[in-house]
Amino acid sequence: MTKKLRKRLTRITACLLAFVILKIIEEVTGIFEGTPGRYLGLSGYLIVYVAISYDIIKNAILNTIHGSMLDENFLMMIASVGAFFIGSYSEGVAVMLFYQIGEWFQSYAVGKSRDSIKELMSIRPDHAIVLRDGSEEEVDPDDVEVGETIIVRPGERIPLDGVITEGISSLDTMALTGESLPRDVVTGNDVISGCVNLSGLLHIEVTKEFGESTVSKILELVESATDKKAESENFISRFARYYTPAVVIAAVILAVIPSLITGDWPTWIYRALSFLVISCPCALVISIPLSFFGGIGGAGRQGILVKGSSYLEQLDKAEIIAMDKTGTLTKGVFGVDKVIPQSDDISEESLLHIAAISESYSSHPIATSLINEYLTRTGKTSEDLKSEISDITELAGHGIEAVIEGVHYYVGNAKLMRDKNIDTRVKIDASYSSAGEGDADTGANTEEGEAYEGAGTIVYISDEKRLLGCILLSDIIKEDAEAAVKSLTSSGIKRLVMLTGDRHATAKAVAEKIGIREYHSDLLPGDKVDIVEKLISEKSADGRLIFVGDGINDAPVLARADIGIAMGGLGSDAAIEAADIVIMTDEPSKIAKAVAISRRTLRIVRQNIVFAIGVKLLILLLAALGFATMWAAVFADVGVAFIAILNAMRALKTE
Amino acid sequence: MTKTFILEDLDCAHCAEKIQNETANIAGVIKSKCTLLTQKLKLDLADDADVDAISKEVKSIVNKFEPDVTVIEK
Repeated sequence: MTKKLRKRLTRITACLLAFVILKIIEEVTGIFEGTPGRYLGLSGYLIVYVAISYDIIKNAILNTIHGSMLDENFLMMIASVGAFFIGSYSEGVAVMLFYQIGEWFQSYAVGKSRDSIKELMSIRPDHAIVLRDGSEEEVDPDDVEVGETIIVRPGERIPLDGVITEGISSLDTMALTGESLPRDVVTGNDVISGCVNLSGLLHIEVTKEFGESTVSKILELVESATDKKAESENFISRFARYYTPAVVIAAVILAVIPSLITGDWPTWIYRALSFLVISCPCALVISIPLSFFGGIGGAGRQGILVKGSSYLEQLDKAEIIAMDKTGTLTKGVFGVDKVIPQSDDISEESLLHIAAISESYSSHPIATSLINEYLTRTGKTSEDLKSEISDITELAGHGIEAVIEGVHYYVGNAKLMRDKNIDTRVKIDASYSSAGEGDADTGANTEEGEAYEGAGTIVYISDEKRLLGCILLSDIIKEDAEAAVKSLTSSGIKRLVMLTGDRHATAKAVAEKIGIREYHSDLLPGDKVDIVEKLISEKSADGRLIFVGDGINDAPVLARADIGIAMGGLGSDAAIEAADIVIMTDEPSKIAKAVAISRRTLRIVRQNIVFAIGVKLLILLLAALGFATMWAAVFADVGVAFIAILNAMRALKTE
Repeated sequence: MTKTFILEDLDCAHCAEKIQNETANIAGVIKSKCTLLTQKLKLDLADDADVDAISKEVKSIVNKFEPDVTVIEK
């Protein structure tokens, strides 16, 4: 709570207390009745009135002078002063008192939601330590140039995107991705700004200036998220524009016409004043954007960046979701599928061991996957592995020759095996072929054997005389891909379509594994646009087509779809630009999460619209007929604001 | 050219809209965007706009609608 808010709260509490005491005295003792008592009551209420409303009255008068008369300050002033004139003192004070409570609560709620997005904003670095002429200098991140080296100590935030030139550490990427597990990094890895360095000292060569760095892009995205207004937001601001003047005109009519007919001025003025109390549209105007903002903020905390409330609104109508395969449903990196030893004296582990040692100096993606597989299977560290290295020769374009404990090994492709006169026909154990994914195994028997049908690569391992075995690698399906498909289907998405440039067999294997029935393979980038257009023409008028891609070569499709969702926004500028929603964590399950957040937010928005307009109209009607007192009007106004704002703040909670 | 102001303690949705509408009418301002939730007023200015005069005008407009708000130039 800010100081200003706290001060206002004290003032409101004091006035409320004084008001309650006065009211009790009035009701219990009846002291304010009769001629002298009336003036006593009037002066008592007047003191409280001035204490609670001096700023509103000041604003009302100033704004009237400035020429904007019909603002809520003015309306509240008229309503309360009018109440005093017709002798309803306590109502007059109550109008101002509760109006102030409503305003205070509104400020409080806005501040609260703002705090919650400040977490997202807190990724902005305030300084960078740059290494210049051998000494460390603390400068503004804006002043660091590409190519300079910055130093990031443990506990500090990485201020600019770059590549590690020295040091090993783990990074907390929570603020960017919502991912709670720290990410391990070593020399040569790319790092992005906004992550917190957890353990080791890092030297980083800057690759992007601050304005282009990830952290700046994300901040810009979050800040402009309220630019693209949702239809319901526009509806409510249009509504508010007509609502207030309409109610005021109705109040004037209500005060004058029936009074002229009946001659009963106090009754009808009282009813008209009740109208004015309900004329303030603030509750409506604030609760709708607040709900959307809550939804966007809540999504942000899950690693889902939504570029505007209109996208959150449209996501609710998702009917068809088209997904790219590589990078969206699969990781786009190779993982070890299968290790196939070719003789009884060699185990899967020792085969991987030879491969890992041989590849331990290579930075090729396949080498990395082999090493990672070995390390995860054995629980060893890369230091253990490096200590075992003996003599390694790289045979360019073919593979590696390694001498381990005096034995020569060859690790590489079929060509290397042919050069060394090694028979590459792989004997497939019965247990392997029955284990499914038959494509993979039979493929290994083909003469070239370079790429097997299941999509991927084969690495052969031999000693000087014979083939010891081979390792099959393929694009890894993301862990949560299957769950993502399931939850999307169960959330009522009518069609899920997978698009890929890969061959049919690959597409089929992946689609079957994760449970997608409809897929299109062998697509060129242009074909994807055509298919998306065809899908758009097949959906219903109200439904929306969503395309999910990795954003690198999918930009035209992302732009063509009703909503484009980019996966893995980290490091991919194109994705952040072309997409409407960016999923930072790379997890397809977040698509379903985003749809769920959208539905929830929209539900809250609709509840608020119906509830706020409904209650206000009801009270207006009751007041006009004389069934609702000014008290009811005050409670309707503040109460509706209170409930609508509380409801809006629910949108923030996305767990 | 864009110019951003931080409107500290801005907390009324209605006032934010009014500030946006009025600042859009200042000479030299092409587009105005006042966001309550980030407490920012972002103006797109014409190339030959008088930035100082516009800043002054912005402050007086904000002060008119929300006297409690502090305007910080960025």
